[in-house]
Amino acid sequence: MKVFSQLKKNLKNNFENLKSVKVALLGDTATQLLKQALRGTGYDAGLDLQIWEADFGQIERQVFDTASELYTYQPDIVVIFQSTHKLLGKYNKLQPDQYSNLAEDQLQLINNIYSTITAALTTKVIIYNYPEIDDSVFGNYANKAEQAFLFQLRKLNYQLMVYATQNPDIYLCDISSIQNQVGKAFMFQPSVYISTEMVISIDALPLIASRTIDIISALYSNFKKCLILDLDNTLWGGIIGDDGIENIQIGSLGIGKAFTEFQYWIKKLKNRGIILAVCSKNTEAVAKEAFEKHPDMVLKLADIAAFKINWENKVDNIRQIQSVLNIGFDSMVFLDDNPFERNMVRESIPAITVPELPEDPANYLEYLYSLNLFETVSFSQEDATRTQQYQKEALRNTTQALYTNESDYLKSLNMLSAVHGFNKFNTPRVAQLSQRSNQYNLRTIRYTEGSIEMLINQPDYFSFAFTLEDRFGDNGLISFIILKKESPEILFIDNWVMSCRVLKRGMEDFALNTIVMFAKQSGYTWLQGEYLPTAKNQLVKDHYQQLGFAPDNGYWLLNVNEYNNRLCFINNK
Amino acid sequence: MEKPEILAIINTIFIDVLDNDDIVLTYDTTANDVEDWDSLNHIQLVVAIEKKFKVRFTTQEIQSWDNVGSIVNSVVAKLN
Repeated sequence: MKVFSQLKKNLKNNFENLKSVKVALLGDTATQLLKQALRGTGYDAGLDLQIWEADFGQIERQVFDTASELYTYQPDIVVIFQSTHKLLGKYNKLQPDQYSNLAEDQLQLINNIYSTITAALTTKVIIYNYPEIDDSVFGNYANKAEQAFLFQLRKLNYQLMVYATQNPDIYLCDISSIQNQVGKAFMFQPSVYISTEMVISIDALPLIASRTIDIISALYSNFKKCLILDLDNTLWGGIIGDDGIENIQIGSLGIGKAFTEFQYWIKKLKNRGIILAVCSKNTEAVAKEAFEKHPDMVLKLADIAAFKINWENKVDNIRQIQSVLNIGFDSMVFLDDNPFERNMVRESIPAITVPELPEDPANYLEYLYSLNLFETVSFSQEDATRTQQYQKEALRNTTQALYTNESDYLKSLNMLSAVHGFNKFNTPRVAQLSQRSNQYNLRTIRYTEGSIEMLINQPDYFSFAFTLEDRFGDNGLISFIILKKESPEILFIDNWVMSCRVLKRGMEDFALNTIVMFAKQSGYTWLQGEYLPTAKNQLVKDHYQQLGFAPDNGYWLLNVNEYNNRLCFINNK
Repeated sequence: MEKPEILAIINTIFIDVLDNDDIVLTYDTTANDVEDWDSLNHIQLVVAIEKKFKVRFTTQEIQSWDNVGSIVNSVVAKLN
């Protein structure tokens, strides 16, 4: 990770072609250097953060005066940094009989801040949690004394998490866990605090900035979706081809324990929705036998969405994995113990993330924990079953090979789609689809759960969420369309998004049939579409043309009264 | 370590932190003489000097400095 002075040098770089994001930074301590660290870190993440910084100690004034600069600035993201030191200062001034109310009062304040901001602005709010200070007034007894500062502090951090689960546009930045990793002596330098009101040491600034940028990047759809794993000396100790299945190191003995715990971590990632793939130089049957037969293997064949086990070079294998999974290289992480393989992959595929795994496998986990590679801003039921989805897709591909005629194949799938407007049940998934889909995304507007909830209540907006299931299984919610009343005759397609998992299934025909019927029944004449090109959505460049829309001054128009339903093999569920 | 040597090292730290190759420090140089030597950069200079010489200054020391010479003196006192 870069040190602060290197981040500062970034500020002189050219930010011109980077994604511009307006950020408001409000702190109750001095944040000038944090601002520089954020902008410098943003540069390396491809972001041009336009940061407006409030004078320090001005959080309440800026927030509760809705005529303040904060509201004039109209930020995309508000970062609120209330420090533990100021919280302790508040506690110090309380009457002793008020000590036990500290957490509740602070949470109330945060609630007021959040509600006031989000009532006036369409913005996401990033709130820093509170790194611990133990004032040692109660000693260990603080853990059972509600009035102790440490008790209140931990309660507040916990209550904040609960609060965040109920408020979709809040994102907590866990700087408390950074302090757990690096220690308070690293995080906080008293002399700097006394002379400058800065509570983050210069050395810790890059860590705090990086955690914050992780959230901002994820909000702008830059996050990891897939983990590609080597096998020998990465997933287990030893070389299975040489040592034999009974001699690989895994299980509870010696270094085997490190690999077992490492596999549990990977399994948890899979359950969270990270797709696992294996890329290893081995004889396939020999390597797979470990997954099938070794009693101590935590990862099983069913956990892996794609295997590339052969003696070809890893760059080609990873390219093939990429084409099977159909996701960007920048959303992939490759783990391999061999520096040669790592360098080769890194040099040939610059977008992929290749962590410099430590030499000693005992250190793998602690090192990977510190990288925070798998940031996300959403989690839904779909995530937990993602691997199965990709495996089923592979099965469908195999079946498709049996049919020479595409229509016969599609018919054989017995596809059903349920269509619903957005509601509280599908909102998390719609938000996620809007964040995750880069290719089949006509206008690349990202919606958060908060913005979707607002949209549900707007009379001029009409939403359609589509699921798709077939005889191989349920793909879940895989597409949505948002229509906006432009005039009494025209419905504008505000966005049309589909998961690439269900490409070439006729889903877009089914979706168009659905919205044309809606437009007709509601008395509109025209559907108006627009394609906004990005670096990633070339796939849908001709989307509207292919669906029979006619070009019209940069837009695409379809007369719904002259429309004939498009042939498709999906039935309404 | 002798004073001139310490001054030279501090000079390189200033050049690096303030990103300005033209800085030439003397014992009498004050914050007014160096472009960008403001309170914000001061903290980074202090931390960089502490790191380089593996010393820690007290808050009072930092606040008592009035020119580069007094920084050098503090370093000398810590190292000996």
